[in-house]
Amino acid sequence: MIVSVSGLSFCYGSAKVLEDLSFTASPGEITTIIGPNGAGKTTLLKCVADLFRHDGEVTFDGKSYERMELFKFLSYMEQNTDLDVDLNVFEIVLLGMIQSLGFYVSEEDIQEVYKVLDLLGIRQFADRKIGELSGGQRQLVFIAQALVKNPSVVILDEPTSALDLFHQYNLISFMSRITKERGCTTLMTLHHLDVAYKYSDRMVIVSDHHIYAEGPPKEVFTKQMLKDVYRVDSAVMTDEAGEEHFVILGPSRD
Amino acid sequence: MADDEKGKEGFQYGHYAHRKYLIIAAGVALAAAVYFIDLFFSIPYISPIELFDEFVHPGGTSVMHVILWDLQMPTVCAGIVCGAAFGLAGVVMQTLLNNPLASPYTLGISAGAGFGASLTMVVGLGGLSVLGTYLVPAGAFIFAMLATAGIFLVARAKGFSADVMVLAGIGLVFLFQALQSMMQYLASPDALSGIVFWTFGSLNGIEWTEVGIIFFLFVLAFFLIYRKCWALTAMRLGDRRAEALGIDTQGMRRWMFVLVALMTSTCVAFVGCIGFIGIVGPHVARMILGEDQRYLIPMSCVCGAIILTTADILCGTITPGREYPIGIFTSIVGVPFFFYLLMRKKTVKT
Repeated sequence: MIVSVSGLSFCYGSAKVLEDLSFTASPGEITTIIGPNGAGKTTLLKCVADLFRHDGEVTFDGKSYERMELFKFLSYMEQNTDLDVDLNVFEIVLLGMIQSLGFYVSEEDIQEVYKVLDLLGIRQFADRKIGELSGGQRQLVFIAQALVKNPSVVILDEPTSALDLFHQYNLISFMSRITKERGCTTLMTLHHLDVAYKYSDRMVIVSDHHIYAEGPPKEVFTKQMLKDVYRVDSAVMTDEAGEEHFVILGPSRD
Repeated sequence: MADDEKGKEGFQYGHYAHRKYLIIAAGVALAAAVYFIDLFFSIPYISPIELFDEFVHPGGTSVMHVILWDLQMPTVCAGIVCGAAFGLAGVVMQTLLNNPLASPYTLGISAGAGFGASLTMVVGLGGLSVLGTYLVPAGAFIFAMLATAGIFLVARAKGFSADVMVLAGIGLVFLFQALQSMMQYLASPDALSGIVFWTFGSLNGIEWTEVGIIFFLFVLAFFLIYRKCWALTAMRLGDRRAEALGIDTQGMRRWMFVLVALMTSTCVAFVGCIGFIGIVGPHVARMILGEDQRYLIPMSCVCGAIILTTADILCGTITPGREYPIGIFTSIVGVPFFFYLLMRKKTVKT
């Protein structure tokens, strides 16, 4: 499903957060929103998911949807994973299918939950209360909740914030595979720039209420961008496989 | 299946859900047992065998018929229905407001009813023969609904936020308690005794018509609420996550609050302020069955019914011939059991 954002603006009271943003995210691709703290990345994702009222237009395959209709094909994962409630992991993931659940949970629904728990390697936690898990494990549970209904559009806000390095790469590589296999449109915010550079198909760089640049990582992820947006100096390193990596040297001296 | 294969299968949701249904069925059976104990064993100086005989073969002596079918049966039925209604009100309030202390009591609905009833008694309307018996519940109902309207209006101005609703409710509790104290200060000794008795609540003297009204509202509220059990479960994840699952949290709060307030106001108007059940019933149910509202809602009703009916049994048997307000016993029965469950609850050390 093609997600088109056109002329999107958002204010918190009188404070302008986003101003006239436009970009497109395509099926089978990961589109990553990056930018410094307070740039409005989370706000942008919430506007796309219609969780915040905003000016401008967001369309899905050219159509606008009411929120109730939207969540039939769109999944949104919150940044915050703190939760201590008397529900186990299976029940939390099951809620991801809330739009289609009947009173009795069908065998197909149960199998869908098991499938996604297996995909993310967390089936062993199925009967554990969510509050008993670590932050990283909870993050995987909420990703499972977002994926369980096989959504056409997946929106993940900082899906790797509580994960160690190995699991960050692992998860985003998994998301990249799922996005291509299922042909879904994945939008996510990331703070880990190397992961974002390596796995994104497109990047939207938000800075100072506007889009600084948008396009494939090779085109938009530059030393100049890091200096302008993040105010850091960087160097490019090429590994044995010929892949480029950006190394952050420290705060910009200019 | 080999043991290692069983181990790979791990958690089986089907068995897990099945076990929850069995627990609810056991709860219903226990409620039925408590109901019959209350029906036959809690009237002092009357043989349970005679009452049972009248129950099985209605139309015995006219005195026994009146005692069982016109006095005892409506009281015991009121215990079951009001207990279930308070349990339902408590679980819905706690879920909607994401607050374990939320109940009709803590949100000022009961306090409003208490003041309404006191006002009617102090101005002398409660003493007006037949009319008086209806004016006290009417006063209680009107002020309970006014308290509801107060919370609703404040909440509407603030987008039905849970915190605002809880704070508005607490404010109303203080307001109505102050007004109630004023009524007690101004009341004659007779009216004062009536006020004190009413504020603790009592099932005695309730009539079939009143039980029927409460039952109708309870059943209506139960089915309307139960249709939204998945959405309520999602709300336990917090507003933002529930909204991210496509739930209209403001809308849920708006109409469910009005529905629960209407049911609770009616109960309180007829049986008085019976506290604690709205808080402890859902907590006991939650400790047993967790937060999935498909099980939690019916179990909260069952727990509420069991606690209130057990309290009614104690009322009738501890000091035969002397009638204590039932609200005293709901706490005496509920608190120790609640503490026991709290001590048993697993704690996650962070």
